Amino acid sequence: MHTGLRGRLVIAFTLIAVSASALVAVIGYELVKRRVIDRTEQVAVGDVRDIIEGIKVPVGARWPGDGPPADTQIAALQRSLRARNGRVVVRYENYVYPDGDFGMGDVPADLVTASARKTMTARRAVQGRMWLVIATPVWRIEPIGIARPTGMSVFAFVPLTEEERLLDDLRRPLAAAGAVMLVIALAVALVSARRVLLPVRRLGSAARALGAGRLNTRLPVHGQDELAQLTATFNDTAAALEHSVSELRSLEAMSRRFVADVSHELRTPLTAMTAVADMLSEEADRLPTEPAAAVRLVLREIKRLRTLVEQLIETSRFDSGTATLNTESVGVADVIDDCLEIRGWSDRVEVDVPRALAFSADPRRLDVILANLVGNALRHGAPPVVVTARRVPGGLEVKVRDHGPGIPPADLPHVFNRFYKASGGDGSGLGLSIARANVELHGGTVSARAQDPGVLFTVWLPGR
Amino acid sequence: MAGILLVEDDPSVRTGLELALSRQGHTVTSYDNGEDALAHIRSRRPEIAVLDVMLPGIDGVEVCRRIRRMDQLPVILLTARGDDLDVVVGLEAGADDYVVKPVEPRVLDARIRAVLRRVESAASDRVTFGDLVVDRGALKVSLAGREIHLTPTELRLLLELVRHPGQVLNRRYLLRAVWDHTHVADSRLVDACVQRIRAKIEKVPAEPEFIHTVRGFGYRFSPP
Repeated sequence: MHTGLRGRLVIAFTLIAVSASALVAVIGYELVKRRVIDRTEQVAVGDVRDIIEGIKVPVGARWPGDGPPADTQIAALQRSLRARNGRVVVRYENYVYPDGDFGMGDVPADLVTASARKTMTARRAVQGRMWLVIATPVWRIEPIGIARPTGMSVFAFVPLTEEERLLDDLRRPLAAAGAVMLVIALAVALVSARRVLLPVRRLGSAARALGAGRLNTRLPVHGQDELAQLTATFNDTAAALEHSVSELRSLEAMSRRFVADVSHELRTPLTAMTAVADMLSEEADRLPTEPAAAVRLVLREIKRLRTLVEQLIETSRFDSGTATLNTESVGVADVIDDCLEIRGWSDRVEVDVPRALAFSADPRRLDVILANLVGNALRHGAPPVVVTARRVPGGLEVKVRDHGPGIPPADLPHVFNRFYKASGGDGSGLGLSIARANVELHGGTVSARAQDPGVLFTVWLPGR
Repeated sequence: MAGILLVEDDPSVRTGLELALSRQGHTVTSYDNGEDALAHIRSRRPEIAVLDVMLPGIDGVEVCRRIRRMDQLPVILLTARGDDLDVVVGLEAGADDYVVKPVEPRVLDARIRAVLRRVESAASDRVTFGDLVVDRGALKVSLAGREIHLTPTELRLLLELVRHPGQVLNRRYLLRAVWDHTHVADSRLVDACVQRIRAKIEKVPAEPEFIHTVRGFGYRFSPP
């Protein structure tokens, strides 16, 4: 079960408040109760004792073995002992003198036993009401001053109705006070939970903002408590984070600019080398085997270097955000045909595209996307390489499929990453990342899926 | 084959291109800055200029603009980036074509030959569209009796459009017919060339009477 901090705070607060007030109420109630009952008991016991001591009737002067007292004498005794609304049951040896509906059956058993020797009291509910029961033996004082039991016991029932009512009157305001206490405790708990939780919630949303990249997020610090300290710590952390991130960013920007500058600088010597490469290639045929191989190696590496530099420049253009999109209505089949034709791939690729398929895109970027995907398929896959394009709801879908050994499933999610290289690949590892950057510039997506056999690259471009 | 004026500031690139173009049979005169090239252009009488865009002093685009002021000499720009603003500005300044560095000599040679390709002249074929007279025999264009000077590329494009009056020609078709381009269709070449022709033959270039743009498709020559 999920109980939030707020719930827990309210529950704890209420529990503490309620149990504290309940404890106070119960102790107070019990104290009052004991005092009231004790006083009633003392008074009643005193009364009974006085009366019994003052008995002059023959009852008091009986010896063991004397005959039972007359009923009238007992009735007189009961009358004088009886408190208001009380009852008095008298027992003499085997004779019992009940009082109204009260008999020996209403006297608690322990009192019956004890009443032979000493005075005892107990509180009992009899016939639905609380009674104070006083059990006492009747003594006879001998002329020489020794007291002896007469074998007669008196059980006086004093009603506790008044006391009950008094305690009842006390209970009701106590319960009401408890209820008020509960409401106050709840209210205070809610308010303080809110006071505690508001900064917590604010911290939470600030942390989320920080996570979302708004590194300049700061919170106002109020007061000196733990939450204020936490807020201050949060601010310090955010400031430190912002600082190190901005440092990293400037470092990254510097390194990107460096790559861009280096690539541009490399282009000039490459242009000069490229200019004479054809000439060397023709001359190589006339050279002895070994120098010819050396020349061809240099030429091959010049070509590779050119591709790498062009791709680095293209990549740094995306990094610096200077890549622009020049869309126009293009014949998709024409772009695909041209792309394959200039690169001499027309014979190696099957194309299945409706001639009339026109789409709004940047033709040069579309060419780059196709050239990289098809080039990748030709280099790493196996024929047949098939290019298909069709209109789908909301855009254009271009698929490039090869039938080669495929890409290991573990590598598949990374093929679009920079410098990812398929095993044994001699490419720069930038081609597919450039393809993806171009697709994303159009607002589209590109994905690679394993097929049996081969790999299927799917490009989706939004638009009409 | 042709007399080429090459302007390139980097000595290695200049030497490399000189070597490669000479081997293709061209006669190359090279300069390392635009001012010197412009000073010698009249005496050298080259058939085509190949200009690097990034030059110390006045840049390639400016050299192209100054050449255009006095001459219809075809110009090919050597640019560092294909999607650069340089290309657009260069084409607007009157360049006939551009190549991106590092360029393979075969590609540069093909472009030079395409730009210099002679228009097949039809025997005394003269068509008149209102004020505009296109003489396909003499390869001359005149507007209201005054001769209009067009670069070879502009002339080829205009003749191509005039050959199909009323018909919409798409950019890809025009690129292949006029520029011999089989590379990625760069419609900016066509657009810039049409703009230049309009500036020469239309009374109000923004509201053309002869060459109409068909949005998303291409151009149509329809005389008023």
